[in-house]
Amino acid sequence: MIVADRKSLEEILGMVADRDKILILGCKGCVTVCNVGGLKEAEILASTVKIARKKEGRPVKVEHRALERQCDNEYVAQLADSVADYDAVVSMACGVGPQFLSEMYPDQVFFPAVNTTFFGGAVQHGVWEERCAGCGACAIHLFGGLCPIARCAKSLLHGPCGGSSNGICEVHKDTACIWDAIVKKKLETGRLEDLVAIKPFKDWRTARDGGPRRSIREELVKGTI
Amino acid sequence: MTATQSGSNLEKVLTAGHFAFTGECGPPKGANVAHLRKKFKYLKGNVDCVNMTDNQTAVVRMSSLAGSALMKAEGLEPNFQMVCRDRNRLAMMSDILGAYALGVRNMLCLSGDHQSFGNHPEAKNVHDIDSMQLIALVKKMRDEEKFLNGEDIDVAPKMFIGAACNPFADPYEFRVHRLATKIAAGADFIQTQCIFNMDKFRDFMKQVVDKGLHERCYILAGVTPMKNAGMANFMSKYVPGMDIPASLIKRLKGVDKRDQAEEGIRFALEQIEAFKEMQGVAGVHLMAIEWEHKVPEIAERAGVLPRP
Ligand code: SF4
Ligand code: SF4
Repeated sequence: MIVADRKSLEEILGMVADRDKILILGCKGCVTVCNVGGLKEAEILASTVKIARKKEGRPVKVEHRALERQCDNEYVAQLADSVADYDAVVSMACGVGPQFLSEMYPDQVFFPAVNTTFFGGAVQHGVWEERCAGCGACAIHLFGGLCPIARCAKSLLHGPCGGSSNGICEVHKDTACIWDAIVKKKLETGRLEDLVAIKPFKDWRTARDGGPRRSIREELVKGTI
Repeated sequence: MTATQSGSNLEKVLTAGHFAFTGECGPPKGANVAHLRKKFKYLKGNVDCVNMTDNQTAVVRMSSLAGSALMKAEGLEPNFQMVCRDRNRLAMMSDILGAYALGVRNMLCLSGDHQSFGNHPEAKNVHDIDSMQLIALVKKMRDEEKFLNGEDIDVAPKMFIGAACNPFADPYEFRVHRLATKIAAGADFIQTQCIFNMDKFRDFMKQVVDKGLHERCYILAGVTPMKNAGMANFMSKYVPGMDIPASLIKRLKGVDKRDQAEEGIRFALEQIEAFKEMQGVAGVHLMAIEWEHKVPEIAERAGVLPRP
């Protein structure tokens, strides 16, 4: 899923400093799962903003709710009758949400309350880690099911680099060297030859380097299923 | 090993069977050509070629391409370093052509230190290709006379291709395989990371020789003279992938502060003697970090002068 972190209260307060009636809009998708932007977090942010503004002596009206998903126009449309009631809407979805909102409601201003960080998963309660960089041409089967594009600081295809030490990446003491893990797995399974083969030069067109991407499912577009 | 007709002096020295002796020179953090020329003076005549580092430790410096050209103009042979951190494949190919046009005949292909270690940690890195692929790219340009896309090159860059190897990084079992892959990709010569743990390096070289890798590629052992116990301590603690035995730190600490530099040089000289005898080692790569003025003395005392 998409993992996000909430922006600091200061930053959010700064964004809405000159607004008097705002809506905090959560999303029940990924950001709910990573405890950042669901209904509960929207409620907490709403009351925090209210309290902070009251302290400043500039009270503000804050409401909150959450859409099923902000990355789907079908749900975004549910805001149609109320969106004009506010001076601003603060979206707690990943970056996709406030963009869908901005496109559908060009007269309203939408502020992002979270920083979209990566595609990852929960490795333990409260800890999420990056697992994929969305390169558009998955090849993890060559690397023991582990991704060196997203998980090696240098995206090496023939690692580990000379800085790998005791299974730790040279870049951060708290990050595993994914290449150490890949090599160990290959050594254990007797498939080292997968790693010593020289990999083709990566075609980054399927990644961000090819410009904005699009995924089309013809049968859905045509409505044949 | 096949002759590449690169016209590289280093290649000539190695193919003639001489024990190679290469040096290193970091370009200045500025456009200070005078500073660079001063360093060149210490190196000229004492080494076969000089590595021109490429934004070493991810700190911005004069470009290694410009540094190499300046070196060439002063009558020294450059070994042009290129890291994958700062360039995509287009910039790489264009710099390789430019370097060759300026008379550069050796090039060292590296991944590069991560930018978080340098003076612009907020930078966006590139890593379009990795060091293994960079080696293969230079080889393709040289031997097939083609760009990566298959188009012909009009006057191909005939580089003598170098790569690095750190026998001390983990996982150790994989290191010799990674070296073998670099050779398969096209490395003509290898310069190793600074060696301090001689036992471990001996073990590594045994694996290299058992696999016959030394017959397919020239291996130059990396030597860095320690200036004092403090430097040894620092490197062991903070430089990733460095293996500095406690015995060396103890040895340096064992002498008076004023004599620690001499003790560091003595250790380096003992290493060079050992490498001359070690099977599979074709020479030494001396990395006298900001200590270029000591190179003539070290070369003299190591008995590697005059250079062929
Ligand atoms: S190879 Fe690409 S698609 Fe597959 S996990 Fe890595 S970044 Fe994601
Ligand atoms: S230490 Fe490992 S994960 Fe970190 S950059 Fe090097 S190879 Fe990649």
